Amino acid sequence: MLKEGETRIPSGCAISGVIDKSGKRMNGEAMIRSIAVMHERSNGLGGGFAAYGIYPEYKDYYALHLFYDSPSSKKECEDFLERHFDIINLSKIPTRKIPEITDEPLIWRYFVTPLPTKLAASGLDEREFVAKCVFRVNTRISGAYVFSSGKNMGVFKAVGYPEDVGRFYKLEEYEGYAFTVHGRYPTNTPGWWGGAHPFALLDYSVVHNGEISSYDANRRAIEQYGYSCTLQTDTEVIAYIVDYLNRKKGLSMEEIAHVVAAPFWETIGHMDKKKQEYHETLRTIFAPQLITGPFSIIVGFEGGLMALNDRLKLRSMVIAEKGDKVYIASEEAAIRIIEPDLDCVYAPAGGCPVVVRLNGGEQ
Amino acid sequence: MAVNYIYPDYEVARNYDKCINCRVCEKQCANGVHEYLADADKMVADDAKCVNCHRCVALCLTRALKIIKSDNTYRENANWSGKTINELYRQASTGGVLLSSMGNPEPYPVYFDKILINASQVTNPSIDPLREPMETRVILGAKPQVIERDKSGHIINNLPPQLKLSMPIMFSAMSYGSISYNAHESLARAAEELDVLYNTGEGGLHEDFYRYGKNTIVQVASGRFGVHPGYLKAGAAIEIKMGQGAKPGIGGHLPGSKIVGDISRTRMIPEGSDAISPAPHHDIYSIEDLRQLVYSLKTATDFKKPVSVKIAAVHNVAAIASGIARSGADIVVLDGFRGGTGAAPTRMRDHVGIPIELALASVDKRLRDEGIRDRVSVVAAGSIRSSADIVKAIALGADAVYIGTGALLALGCHLCRNCHTGKCNWGIATQVPELTKRLNPDIGYKRLVNLLNAWKHEIKEMMGGMGINSIETLKGNRLMLRGVGLNAKELEVLGIKHAGE
Amino acid sequence: MKRVYVNEKWCLGCRLCEYYCAFAGTSGKDIARSLKGVKINPRIKIEEKDGISFAVSCRHCKEPLCVKGCITGALSVADGVIVVNQDKCVSCYTCVLCCPFGAISTSESGAVQKCELCIKSAADKPACVAGCPNNAIVFEERR
Repeated sequence: MLKEGETRIPSGCAISGVIDKSGKRMNGEAMIRSIAVMHERSNGLGGGFAAYGIYPEYKDYYALHLFYDSPSSKKECEDFLERHFDIINLSKIPTRKIPEITDEPLIWRYFVTPLPTKLAASGLDEREFVAKCVFRVNTRISGAYVFSSGKNMGVFKAVGYPEDVGRFYKLEEYEGYAFTVHGRYPTNTPGWWGGAHPFALLDYSVVHNGEISSYDANRRAIEQYGYSCTLQTDTEVIAYIVDYLNRKKGLSMEEIAHVVAAPFWETIGHMDKKKQEYHETLRTIFAPQLITGPFSIIVGFEGGLMALNDRLKLRSMVIAEKGDKVYIASEEAAIRIIEPDLDCVYAPAGGCPVVVRLNGGEQ
Repeated sequence: MAVNYIYPDYEVARNYDKCINCRVCEKQCANGVHEYLADADKMVADDAKCVNCHRCVALCLTRALKIIKSDNTYRENANWSGKTINELYRQASTGGVLLSSMGNPEPYPVYFDKILINASQVTNPSIDPLREPMETRVILGAKPQVIERDKSGHIINNLPPQLKLSMPIMFSAMSYGSISYNAHESLARAAEELDVLYNTGEGGLHEDFYRYGKNTIVQVASGRFGVHPGYLKAGAAIEIKMGQGAKPGIGGHLPGSKIVGDISRTRMIPEGSDAISPAPHHDIYSIEDLRQLVYSLKTATDFKKPVSVKIAAVHNVAAIASGIARSGADIVVLDGFRGGTGAAPTRMRDHVGIPIELALASVDKRLRDEGIRDRVSVVAAGSIRSSADIVKAIALGADAVYIGTGALLALGCHLCRNCHTGKCNWGIATQVPELTKRLNPDIGYKRLVNLLNAWKHEIKEMMGGMGINSIETLKGNRLMLRGVGLNAKELEVLGIKHAGE
Repeated sequence: MKRVYVNEKWCLGCRLCEYYCAFAGTSGKDIARSLKGVKINPRIKIEEKDGISFAVSCRHCKEPLCVKGCITGALSVADGVIVVNQDKCVSCYTCVLCCPFGAISTSESGAVQKCELCIKSAADKPACVAGCPNNAIVFEERR
């Protein structure tokens, strides 16, 4: 059977996320309980978490999380990392042996910073350098896969039900200001850990429920700019689009939402002249980054989360608030289980982004 | 001479029980096929003159006429077909080059017919275009992805000139001269009503049609007929014609007999003189020369008009298109080997060039491999026959398509492929006043509008089936296509998987 | 009211209108059977000279000279359409002489005939208009 990335596998899913705008840290326990409520929306073939603000002691270093198939791929990859980075800490990612999670690969974590000489020689900015190295490992080193590469954040994912994945990674021991979680319902899968979600590049992480009809148009467009879509999943291409538009083109999260879930031309036609020109310009320049078909996504980035539905709202997604906390989930029940007494609950309209940032800006 | 005799390919079959001797067929046939014999009180036909244009068949009010393929045959030979033998006889008797019209009719593979379209089932909902918005608007032009902001941080529109189309279909270049005034009027009016574009072709723009400027692409070809500053500024865009799918590598020849009256004035050449378009542009012998012409035209129009470059799909089309994209062109048009023509040497038409499907796929891929796909829009031409062809072309990577033959069919063309004789019985490819008046633009434009609206509906249905509600996300979306009966190499060039994969 | 108008610019002189008119005047169902071997006598006729052609039929004038001239009341105006009662016609042909357009002619029975806009048929437009291949005859409201 073909591995993830060698064939395209449609999936249904559950997503949930939380952020504390005050920056107060919470542990991952709540997210495990939240996603467990939506057990029916997953089928045990993939789950994972993204956690922001979890490595304050290493916040100036890129936290690389890696899966290795074998000690030899680990050796090859570490040689590569040592040639390009200063590795200030490395360790196995702590896990808990549970019967529900099996066949785990070698799972390692490295806190790194690019070697100044290598960085200068590359002529790239630091983040581009790191992104390029991530692509290098994932495409060139067989059996090695970087699944998290941001600063002060980390992705934890596996084949299994998401609540089991959370317990496997001891998520209750991590404290962060924002979490997202994903439970996957692929129609079929060879069960590769790298294929689980969230998908992340640098600080950007995406959890996604849906199957976008624009996939190949988006993929072929983004691959022009040096991205390689190795997984053939929607989540991967959405993450690259977010990275491209935000990091390389300088668009804000709201502007990105207006690109990927652009208002219909007819709607634009009814706007005032200034807004019309803004939307027309964005849609014209970034037409290949428009995403159609059903999706609900939570994009994690440094200092915030963005929730976004496709423009027809073909996937459920609700937002709730309680004090400084904002919750996002596929189902309201997944929020009520962790916070029964909410200030407000609402379902954002299709194409209308909900962007939540830390009150103090980026942490 | 008996050795010159060639039995007619088609025969006029008249049902004498139905024929009422109304003589409509006789009056309508510019080729003089039908004749009334007063002494016998009977209509007769000379099959040898018949081009099988179906004018008489369509107008016969008692359905007494049909045209049938002759069953006269040479001794069967899988190598020497009757057609091949006849062509040889014709050349032996005349010493001339064989001429043909319209697109390549030979049985080469039609790749569009070996590609199938996807639809949503279960994991992703299809979308009903009657209930939900379904966007077919296409914007052509270079899209440099540079974001500029004003002082308050708002994104400003810094795009070069763009062409906005209500659907990804345009009428391709057919010159005034090769087709009639009434045909042009039909195309122009339809383009205006549909909010799309038609193309003047290389014969200049008749003064009556300047009013359709915002729906017009003005063409500049190697003969430069009718080109002047007012002409360049009259349209929404300028197209440099480097080549044509029906006859790559050669120019054009409109005989002096067609250079009469308004055509002579519009082309800015004397009445009765032959209009000969040279094979190359004699100021373009290389890609850097093309760049100069692109910028000359842009300068002449104050950088307000996008410039398109049209090439025939030839073997090295991907590299050529890439060169064009880097030469300042905003749009590159690829014309496949099945594209139509008003006249071409038969051997060129039938044996030169490559299919549009393969050319389009390889150009789109090359431009993406080089990271310059956003610099240029790609328009596919050369036998787009239906809305399904359009959906497939866009999924292969086209921004839009041109239709020529399809548009002429809507105007009445019955594909008899005798445009070069100038005696088009449907009033399209002729300048004979009694014939041109047969095409009433009030009828013609409406039929074009009907056709494109019908296709737009079908495109929306197919998009909806795929769960796509904006044509932008169909563009280059090759996962929506699968091949049937194609070999591995063909699939590789097309960049699609085989059905079942 | 809607009347038949001709656009001579688009008239091809094909005479299909004449045949459709002639057929409309019969009660037959099949054109070939109705008109085979028949010398037609239509109420619309093509005038043709020097490359110009157009179809002529009754204009249904607001002040019709034919009706004024009719000595028996065979011609009358019904809802704007000038109609013939062939039973009343005595074949004096005053109307034929009066009509400035030459739109009235004689029929086999001796009584006069003229275009009555196919009002007796169920069609939504006269047969000549429906059969014209080039919109050279139209049936429309004009001021």
